[in-house]
Amino acid sequence: MSQGPVLELRGIDKSFGPVQVLHDVAFSVYPGEVTALVGDNGAGKSTLVKCIGGIHPIDAGEYFFEGEKVQVNGPRDAAALGVEIVYQDLALCDNLDIVQNMFLGRERTSGLVLDEAMMEEMAAKTLAGLSVRTVKSLRQQVSSLSGGQRQTVAIAKAVLWNSKVVILDEPTAALGVAQTAQVLELVRRLADNGLAVVLISHNMNDVFAVSDRIAALYLGRMAAQVRTSDVTHSQVVELITSGRSGELGLRNGNGAAS
Amino acid sequence: MTTTSVQAGPGEQAPESRRRLGDLIGAVGAQNLILVLAIVLVVVVFGVINPGYLAWANIRVIADAVTIAGLLAVVQTVVIICGALDISVGSATGVASVVSAMAFTATQNALASMGLAIVVGLVLGLVNGVIIVYGRVNPVIATLATLAAYRGFAQLLSNGAAMGFVLGDDLWIFISRGSLLGLPTLMWILAAVALAIHLLLKYTDIGRNIYAIGGNDTAARLAGININKYLIAVYALAGVVSAIAGIILTARTGFGHPTSGSSGLELKAITAAALGGCALAGGKGGVGGTLLAMVLLGALENGLTLNNISTFWQNVAQGALLVIAVVIQQRRSGERAVGLPT
Repeated sequence: MSQGPVLELRGIDKSFGPVQVLHDVAFSVYPGEVTALVGDNGAGKSTLVKCIGGIHPIDAGEYFFEGEKVQVNGPRDAAALGVEIVYQDLALCDNLDIVQNMFLGRERTSGLVLDEAMMEEMAAKTLAGLSVRTVKSLRQQVSSLSGGQRQTVAIAKAVLWNSKVVILDEPTAALGVAQTAQVLELVRRLADNGLAVVLISHNMNDVFAVSDRIAALYLGRMAAQVRTSDVTHSQVVELITSGRSGELGLRNGNGAAS
Repeated sequence: MTTTSVQAGPGEQAPESRRRLGDLIGAVGAQNLILVLAIVLVVVVFGVINPGYLAWANIRVIADAVTIAGLLAVVQTVVIICGALDISVGSATGVASVVSAMAFTATQNALASMGLAIVVGLVLGLVNGVIIVYGRVNPVIATLATLAAYRGFAQLLSNGAAMGFVLGDDLWIFISRGSLLGLPTLMWILAAVALAIHLLLKYTDIGRNIYAIGGNDTAARLAGININKYLIAVYALAGVVSAIAGIILTARTGFGHPTSGSSGLELKAITAAALGGCALAGGKGGVGGTLLAMVLLGALENGLTLNNISTFWQNVAQGALLVIAVVIQQRRSGERAVGLPT
């Protein structure tokens, strides 16, 4: 793909009190590609994602969206740009059904009352567009769904809003083998539909199975952002655990990214 | 062991008819069906013991008695769906009752005095909401505190005595004894409030978000729902409906009284909501179930009174009903018996 990045961060710093979590992080996300964001526990993956989603304000640095510099001051700003985050297991209400969950907080109304028919139709269309066939009824309560189905609903919810960037926070962490395969297939399909997808994962198999690019964070610094086809499994593991691998990665001590 | 294997035989033969029955129960709601059966049972039992129980005059007595507690139960349903609780509704009713009677005595203007009572109810509800959301006080503790404080406030205002006499005014008389299309005004007020809240819960995005907050407040927040605004608004609604209940209380008795007629209503309201299918953890319940439960409670209470059962026993019975209702709820939700309940 020769297109420019849809989302680009430059020189992001973020501290919580005396602890600086992100140091001068640069991060780019391209349309039609899956960018895997990897890093050890505490490397700053979640913080970076929350900065993108507007949940944490950034201390310094620039946020570009489709080439334009933007200010993101809250989740609503990010959603307005077309950035959606799928949280691991927090984002669904068990007591509501699939359609209700997909439109949570953004219900369609006609006049004063909810437009259930329209919402159901849009939800059905979105799920069909993602070739999801595993759910029986759109009016099923989410509490009756399996882990993979719940993740599917959460992803479909993010896609529903004509979003341009979808960030998935460890979507396969709690899933079995077959369900993981289903979700990864869905992730690939999102990118094939032209979306920019960010996949946070600890699982190298998942990362190599679906990603086009890999961004590795090491202790709050961006160690490297490379094409998946240019690196090997062990190189990525080295980037995660020591921040460098041969020519790739951070130079000793001074923290400048290559 | 042998008995179970014997019973398993016929059970396997009829899965189809059982599924159809399940669909039917699902459509009506198992909880509501049980409530209707319980109401029928209570009516039949008391009707057989005492034929006067089924007289139209007595049914009106039940309906009147149910109205005030019914209003509070309906609004309690909304609060409980949010996953919260408002114990102070009875005290707020007392304050509104005193305020409406005193204001009427001072101004002789029925509408203005009722309006003032509703404004006071709104303020009391807002205070609850602000204490809970911004004071970070657990809803049970916060409204337990305002239960005492509002009752004291009503007693301070009235010096502990009944205030004014309102039944010289046409509007007050209309609310107290009037009727429209053959139904008492009181019933119309309850029906209007219940219908409005039912429509709000089932057919608007506001209602949907209230269920979402009760179901998973983190998900609701991440979806961009302003939870604080909703909680404060729900408590304000509880205050307003409590004030309407207070106005009706004043109209029915002719006086504004700080405690008589209003204390103990919170227990009735919460019992009705729990019996009606509200999960105290939030996210489940509806106006229909709560009203059915309220009818059951009213029919039961009236029947016990008619048969000269002491009110002391009635209190015991009501407390027991609340516990039983919640135990059933928790069993149905599959809560494990480990540590403190959630």
